Amino acid sequence: MKTSASTPWFFLAPNMIVILLFTFVPIAINFYYAFTGGVNLYPNQRPGVGVDNFSTLLECGSYFDPSTCRKDVFWQSIWNTGKYAIFQVSLMVLFALITAIVLNRKIIGRGFWRGVFFYPVLLSPVVVALIWKWILQRDGLLNAAMVGVGSDPVLWLAEPGWAFFWVTFVSVWAHMGFYTLILLAGLQAIPADLYEAAQLDKASPWRSLTKITLPLLMPNLLVVVVLAMIKAVQVFDEVFVLTGGGPGTATTFVVQFIYQTGFVEPVRLYGIAAAGSLLLALALVALTLLQLKLSNAEKEGERAK
Amino acid sequence: MKALNFLTRTRSGRSMDWTDWLSYTYLLMGLFLMFGPVLWLVMSSFKTESALNEFPPSFLPYGQKSVAVPGEEKMKPVYRVKMPDGTTKELAELRRIGLTATLIDPARPDDLIRVNIKDREPVREFKLATENYTDLGGQVKFGTYLWNSVFITVIATILTLLFNSMAAFALSKYKFSGRSAVFLLILGTLMVPPAIVLVPNFLVISELGLLNSLWGVIWPAIATPTGVFLLRQYMLTIPDELLEAARMDNASEWQIYWRIVLPLAAPALAVLAIFSVMWRWNDFLWPLIVLSKNEKFTLQLALNAFQGDLVTQWNYLLAMTVITLLPITIVFAFLQKYITQGIASAGVK
Repeated sequence: MKTSASTPWFFLAPNMIVILLFTFVPIAINFYYAFTGGVNLYPNQRPGVGVDNFSTLLECGSYFDPSTCRKDVFWQSIWNTGKYAIFQVSLMVLFALITAIVLNRKIIGRGFWRGVFFYPVLLSPVVVALIWKWILQRDGLLNAAMVGVGSDPVLWLAEPGWAFFWVTFVSVWAHMGFYTLILLAGLQAIPADLYEAAQLDKASPWRSLTKITLPLLMPNLLVVVVLAMIKAVQVFDEVFVLTGGGPGTATTFVVQFIYQTGFVEPVRLYGIAAAGSLLLALALVALTLLQLKLSNAEKEGERAK
Repeated sequence: MKALNFLTRTRSGRSMDWTDWLSYTYLLMGLFLMFGPVLWLVMSSFKTESALNEFPPSFLPYGQKSVAVPGEEKMKPVYRVKMPDGTTKELAELRRIGLTATLIDPARPDDLIRVNIKDREPVREFKLATENYTDLGGQVKFGTYLWNSVFITVIATILTLLFNSMAAFALSKYKFSGRSAVFLLILGTLMVPPAIVLVPNFLVISELGLLNSLWGVIWPAIATPTGVFLLRQYMLTIPDELLEAARMDNASEWQIYWRIVLPLAAPALAVLAIFSVMWRWNDFLWPLIVLSKNEKFTLQLALNAFQGDLVTQWNYLLAMTVITLLPITIVFAFLQKYITQGIASAGVK
């Protein structure tokens, strides 16, 4: 085999075929599904319905009240996802930031501590959900503690408010370490002489945090927030195993709606599922563009430094 | 005072101030919150079924002692009984009706002893219920699930390394028109979340006849943009002179890739291998859709199926959960440095 124009393509071929088959072709089919109806999986047996799937999903008396919508579960899942994204991302980034700042100090055994906070990131969503389900169940550890301090046991995953809280808490627990690492890398890039100068000026630790650390970390923080948003909008696995979307629809999120519409319901409405996933994709594209913009700004900033 | 000074000395040489105390308090709380739940899972997985049903639960796997009684199929719980004559005896309980318990001395199975339940208390002992682990194979098709998980993880990782490194080789060592377009195309798939192509991918897989086949999980997973990116960046640092020298010696392009570039890219390949193993071992949503037959379940799917059962057998479920997290934990314990560095440099998990 001599170097020729086709050599690189020979090496690229396996990877490209897989991408074509399992990413680009499906994207195209997804559009086709979104504009066709019926319950058949095979494209040639599906009648075109125009934008019916979208209007079914979007038909709503008031968008602020999911019960007035034709697909009430879809809108409920959108509201849930929005609420979840806001709470989960802000809590997670806050704790990731605190943890990163603590880990960036001169502490003994930093590698060990970093590992402690990072470990849950590697656990599978199913394992994460089961660990917490075991703690939160009726006769679980948490209720034993509740009884121990004299209050009544609570059905943590059967009350809508608590179920939502625990879903948020567990995902913060599971993913915080990843964002901690990114922020830690950002912190380590801040020149140490800035802090030394601050120390010479007898600046309080609080002042050097708000005047040096936070402003210089801001670009990283923004990227982390958007990255976490992108993940939060697609939340599914842990929640699905932990609560199954319940009680009722209290913890049903958009991806679970798509999964159930397309793969669980006795009548599988692939068109509705595909249309729903395109709407979700729209939100994700917007977030991704925001992220690209932010990380470009970050790079520009670095060059300017 | 000297001892205290020694204990509170920090790495920078000064003694601890309030920010240090705050930091270590935070870290210890973190240790409790991050590791505590996992430790609790492991402890619980060694408890017998009856110990798991106790409330409040004990931390260590204590459980009520039980003995085999002739003529009875199940093991019977042991109680310490205050006999009417004032002595106490350890007896096995056969049944309890209302306030009266019927007990028996396993050594003399013919005498039934009836006492008020107030006069008996359970005998507890430290007992590691290793049968939760050893019985797994008999209770559920554990071997099958384990094999499915291992098969998918190993094969997908090998194919990921092969395909991604070939693509990375082409993108880093050849100049050809369309190179940056291809690279962008591959990186662009990073932005396609798996949830979006769920339905059509299902069609593709069923058209290829891969539904309920482990290959249906493997194929869509192997062209990872992260892997191509990671390997390409690393291969760029391999000097082109090496390749030129090999071409002088009439090495074929495949030999250059296989004999020169691949061995030199070993560190990057290792990082990708670690990631791939973790990704595939932990995969859930896509296997959930492709594999619906019980005998094709991976460990993750089996765990999900059991926890959804009407009557959850927690003792086996917990043991299986521990086995599922074990490989990841071992990988992490030994390769923490590479994993965290890889994440910090590529920004992906």
